[in-house]
Amino acid sequence: MLQLLWDHRIQTVAVLLFALGFGTLLLHKNLLKKIIGLNIMDTAGYLLLTGLGYLPGRVPPILTDGSNDPTRYANPLPAGLVLTGIVVSVSVTALMLALTVRLYGKYHTLDLDQIYMLARRGEEAEL
Amino acid sequence: MSFAVNLPLFSIVACLICSVVSSVLPGRWAKWLSRLLALAVAACAALVLGRGILTGQTTVYLMGHYPHPWGNELRFGILEPLFAGAFSIVLLLCLTGGSHELERDIATERQNLYYVMADLVLAALLSLCYTNDVFTGYVFIEICTIASCGLLMIRRIGRTTLAATRYMIFSLVGSGLFLLGVILLYAQTGHLLFPNLREAVSALWETGAYRFSLLTAVGLMTAGLGIKSGLFPFHFWMPDTYGYATPASAGILSGLISKGYLFLLLKLVCNVFGTEVFYGGALGDLIFVLGMAGMILGSVSAMAEKDVFRMLAFSSAAQIGYVYLGLGISPKLGIAAALFQILTHALTKPALFLSAARLSEAAKEGRSLSALQGSARADRPAGLLFAVGALSMIGVPGTMGFLAKYSFAQAALAEQWKLLPAILALAVSTLLNTCYFGRAILQLYAKPEQPTAFAPERRGRGSFLSATGLLCAANLALGLQAQPLLGLLERGLALMQ
Repeated sequence: MLQLLWDHRIQTVAVLLFALGFGTLLLHKNLLKKIIGLNIMDTAGYLLLTGLGYLPGRVPPILTDGSNDPTRYANPLPAGLVLTGIVVSVSVTALMLALTVRLYGKYHTLDLDQIYMLARRGEEAEL
Repeated sequence: MSFAVNLPLFSIVACLICSVVSSVLPGRWAKWLSRLLALAVAACAALVLGRGILTGQTTVYLMGHYPHPWGNELRFGILEPLFAGAFSIVLLLCLTGGSHELERDIATERQNLYYVMADLVLAALLSLCYTNDVFTGYVFIEICTIASCGLLMIRRIGRTTLAATRYMIFSLVGSGLFLLGVILLYAQTGHLLFPNLREAVSALWETGAYRFSLLTAVGLMTAGLGIKSGLFPFHFWMPDTYGYATPASAGILSGLISKGYLFLLLKLVCNVFGTEVFYGGALGDLIFVLGMAGMILGSVSAMAEKDVFRMLAFSSAAQIGYVYLGLGISPKLGIAAALFQILTHALTKPALFLSAARLSEAAKEGRSLSALQGSARADRPAGLLFAVGALSMIGVPGTMGFLAKYSFAQAALAEQWKLLPAILALAVSTLLNTCYFGRAILQLYAKPEQPTAFAPERRGRGSFLSATGLLCAANLALGLQAQPLLGLLERGLALMQ
């Protein structure tokens, strides 16, 4: 079992990181920690992808010495996917941070439960 | 006609360009550009649909010069342009019908930004309809999430920021799961394009190897799209999201965005997972049960709700449950019924949100049913359009809602153990729908406590009436004469499978 985990250490770490990030995003009350959880979760996905593209003993797929032999090179596609994924995750993080700034400006707290309470109280006061 | 194969890509690129251009245009120009764009995209989709019907074939469109398994592709037969066209027309009608409220809710200098988001949403919806690649699907799911969050948070009143945050959190959980599913599927098959994935998945399934990981990947992708589209028990973000958005956004979010995800899921089931994996691995049964739970519990929550917008939002959760019920019942008749339900809900819910907003405006921004009591007498056209939408939701014969429920029942008839629960769930859900929509109609038409309390809004009435009227007219027309549409859905589904 341990040997199996060690042989697939990249995947194991990626799954652990994903679970950690997923749990934080879903369960943590603090908005900033939620955003950190989101980033950990995304990073886990990228680690998994990068691990897929890395083939031991192969070189990056860039033609330098004119060799067209495909078995010499690592798989470049996952790296491309990771790049796209990073762009997506940066934009989503920026949007979440903007929302957090706006919520903090209005309620002066980052605790989502407290914000709910304050919002509900505000609505009752309006009625 | 061969030129028509380029139109799907042109439409997507045009949407992206228009969204960039709109960011520097004044609000009024951006509004017209957005409307024109939606109209042009619908026209393109109609041409592509015509081509699909005439040739009776699916077209694979290479993006760049590399054929599969390396390149990226679009794919379209009958269903893809049909849904792309329907989505763009509904988007146009939402923007038109809610234009008065948009001008009221959004500061003049920021109005063009709304249309940037609307154009991006259209680009994402078109891509979800046309794409033949799971990773492109993922990217546009995220673009759709960001743009729809923009549509929601641009109204800076009350709880919209909070609602947008909650919506984003649920959406990000959903897209995280979807991404993990895509990566696992790629790890097992080495492909991202639908046809290659389909071959590899069915080969894997036949050998019986890696069955658990295959099912995990399929399950994660289904769960991700399920959370994003509001499958029970992940529907709790809906009432805040739809309830506090500006009416045009509520219409777009409830009528279109969740439908884009659902359409992608149906495509994945037909083109990637294959029915043998999806239904053989008990996922179909799980979706069936969750769909039934959503249909009933969504309606129960709607009954308990006093706020009319939140009631409509919970009713959306129930209606999404119907789509999942159809997906869970069976691959052919069930999915056909689910597709019909997607169209039904896309036409009905925006009309309900738009007319409820008019009634609420007549009642001086009152939101609760008691504050709206008698408002339909003050603003008769809005009341009538609300009633038509509500009757379609209940499933009164003559509306699309009736035919949707009828096709679910018909699909269930062919199944053994699913027949009884499906019919029971349909009956209970229809009863509950009747209760809360019936109560809403009665209360809207009841005698107001203070007859002078209402001041129907005159501004923007023409655009509201024409847009919502068209939505309701389409609903009734297709409800009375649905055979051509049903035939088209059947042909399209046969092409897709």
